[in-house]
Amino acid sequence: MTAATNKSFLADLLAGRPTADRGDAMSRLRARAVERVGALTVPNTHDEDWRFTDISPLTRLSFQPVRAATKLSAADIAPFVLAEAASRLVFVDGIYAPQLSTPASGPVVLSSLAAALPVQAIAIETELGRMAAFEHNAFTALNTAFVNDGALLLLPRGAVAEKPVHLLFIATQKEVASYPRCLVVAGAGSSATVIEDYVALTEDAYLTNTVGEFVLGEDARLHHVRVQRESSAGFHVGHSAVSIAHGSHYHGVNVGFGARLSRYNLDMVQTAEGGECTIGGLAMVDDNQLADTHTTIDHTKPHGVSRQQHKCIVGGSARAVFNGRIVVRKGAQLTNSTQSSRNLLLSDRARVDTKPQLEIFADDVKCTHGATVGQLEADEVFYLKSRGLSDAAARSLLTYAFGAEILRQISVSELRQRLEQTVLAQTERA
Amino acid sequence: MIGKDSKTLLDVQGLRATVNGIEILKGMDLTIKSGEVHAIMGPNGSGKSTFAKVLAGHPAYVVTGGSVQFEGKDLFVLAPEARARAGLFLGFQYPIEIPGVANAQFLRLAYNTVQTQHGKDELDPLEFDDFVREKMKLLEMNPDFLDRSVNEGFSGGEKKRNEILQMALLEPRVAILDETDSGLDIDALRIVAGGVNQLANKDNAVVLVTHYQRLLNYIEPDYVHVMDAGRIIKTGPKALALELESRGYDWVSAEARAGAGAAA
Repeated sequence: MTAATNKSFLADLLAGRPTADRGDAMSRLRARAVERVGALTVPNTHDEDWRFTDISPLTRLSFQPVRAATKLSAADIAPFVLAEAASRLVFVDGIYAPQLSTPASGPVVLSSLAAALPVQAIAIETELGRMAAFEHNAFTALNTAFVNDGALLLLPRGAVAEKPVHLLFIATQKEVASYPRCLVVAGAGSSATVIEDYVALTEDAYLTNTVGEFVLGEDARLHHVRVQRESSAGFHVGHSAVSIAHGSHYHGVNVGFGARLSRYNLDMVQTAEGGECTIGGLAMVDDNQLADTHTTIDHTKPHGVSRQQHKCIVGGSARAVFNGRIVVRKGAQLTNSTQSSRNLLLSDRARVDTKPQLEIFADDVKCTHGATVGQLEADEVFYLKSRGLSDAAARSLLTYAFGAEILRQISVSELRQRLEQTVLAQTERA
Repeated sequence: MIGKDSKTLLDVQGLRATVNGIEILKGMDLTIKSGEVHAIMGPNGSGKSTFAKVLAGHPAYVVTGGSVQFEGKDLFVLAPEARARAGLFLGFQYPIEIPGVANAQFLRLAYNTVQTQHGKDELDPLEFDDFVREKMKLLEMNPDFLDRSVNEGFSGGEKKRNEILQMALLEPRVAILDETDSGLDIDALRIVAGGVNQLANKDNAVVLVTHYQRLLNYIEPDYVHVMDAGRIIKTGPKALALELESRGYDWVSAEARAGAGAAA
């Protein structure tokens, strides 16, 4: 692919952007991002960050922002609704659907960004686009060039959201590009569970390009469950930017089953002494799917703790990529970081590229990492067969178990059980 | 207990097997009838565990000679899972941990698979829960073990209890317990042995593979076999185990060599 077609792919996408300048924070942010998109090119496999992920299946197609919003009924979204989630925002092809949403206005604020802008101008102006740097990331820049709405969760100091908050993004139309945006600001001592959920009601090709920013204040706790279950013809590019402060704890679980091609970037930065993060990841792909996960955990201050476990289950001719970068900056003494990447190949044609990357500039730290790629253990299969399970049932149960170890980190039992069923169904099919 | 109208459950004749091309079983003969408890003893490397794994169908072991009839049928035409469904059970020396699968889920799956084979109805999770809790009492197991992942973080004794629990659920015709006593403290040994004793009846048979006589204080064998270099070289009553405990194995091996010499 030439640079010229790269340019035109971005330029074509950009053509449908919102152009109205209302002089507000979002308009200014958009203008900066538009300029940046003009200077960037679509990544290709010559870029170190995209070495294993050839996005030409995506750039060969063309996508437009949705022209006419799909009207969905409560019955249409019923399969995705979580009874446990007290409040919910629904976006259909990126467009906010107020009739399907149950926002909250206080003390915890859950609202569409556009609706909140007049009241929460300062918070939005301060935080939106701050964490999710777009200078070097064409997709993040593109998303930002489109930012005119999204999901906003504001937790004032000490606020506790007892029940999970569900952010549901539904793709319904073919050849549509949508740019979901999330902003979560968790004030000091607050706590919440947020489910960021990408689903589809179409089997056609479309593009979901997401950016989420999660800012944790001192002693804040955030359980962030990100579920990517796009259609098998869909394309998904997502970016989460997280910052943790003193005493705060970010517990992220990212799960990806869907999409023809997906890329998820998670950037976590510890901005003050003693922040903590736990990150679980599961990518399960089959047929000709590709799932790429890139994470960076950046310890900039002392006494940080990070625990990361990423797993890939790869069948058919599918590919999975994991790049897990851990940075311990000079002065980030007594950092305690563990990372494990475990990968299960279910067929001879399946492929995994895993790359742990440790960059340590402090001398008194504890960092461990490990990566394994393999098939199911013969002894495990035999144990189950010796109890009467067929070869297929034994393999399916062990594959399920491999994935369930990540899913059980999800505290929302209704969601966890559904995802477990998805994994089970997929392992039985494989 | 040796019964008058007992049936032959397992008939092993001249069994030979290799692992990684090395012959471990070199002509093993053994006949097991219903109602019987057999103990197989012998020094390390004599082939005891290999024998247990070959019967269960472990893929690493290759049968190179001899035959095994299980209830009158060729055992080796059956896949491992078919042997289990037909009523052969192996209690593992090192039970496998399966993080991510609840023990209850695994036990129910195994139970229902074997039940279906016998033309019986499967139990749903609720029915199974009641059923398995009863069985757990036999082994003084805490019901919490149902919710935990299979064997994950279980102590040695807990793993072995879980093995015997599986035996209790699957009700095999022949149970081979491979070093079920290893790693058990005296209380766990008593409980596990008590469970096995309650499960042994006139229609089934138990084969204890063990290093130590200690287990046989709790489960009384009808026969004690000594294995050496891939064969059974001596068979005797329970008292033989006591003799082995005090005198070791060397004299049996020497006797066997002398016997072989005399026969030649």
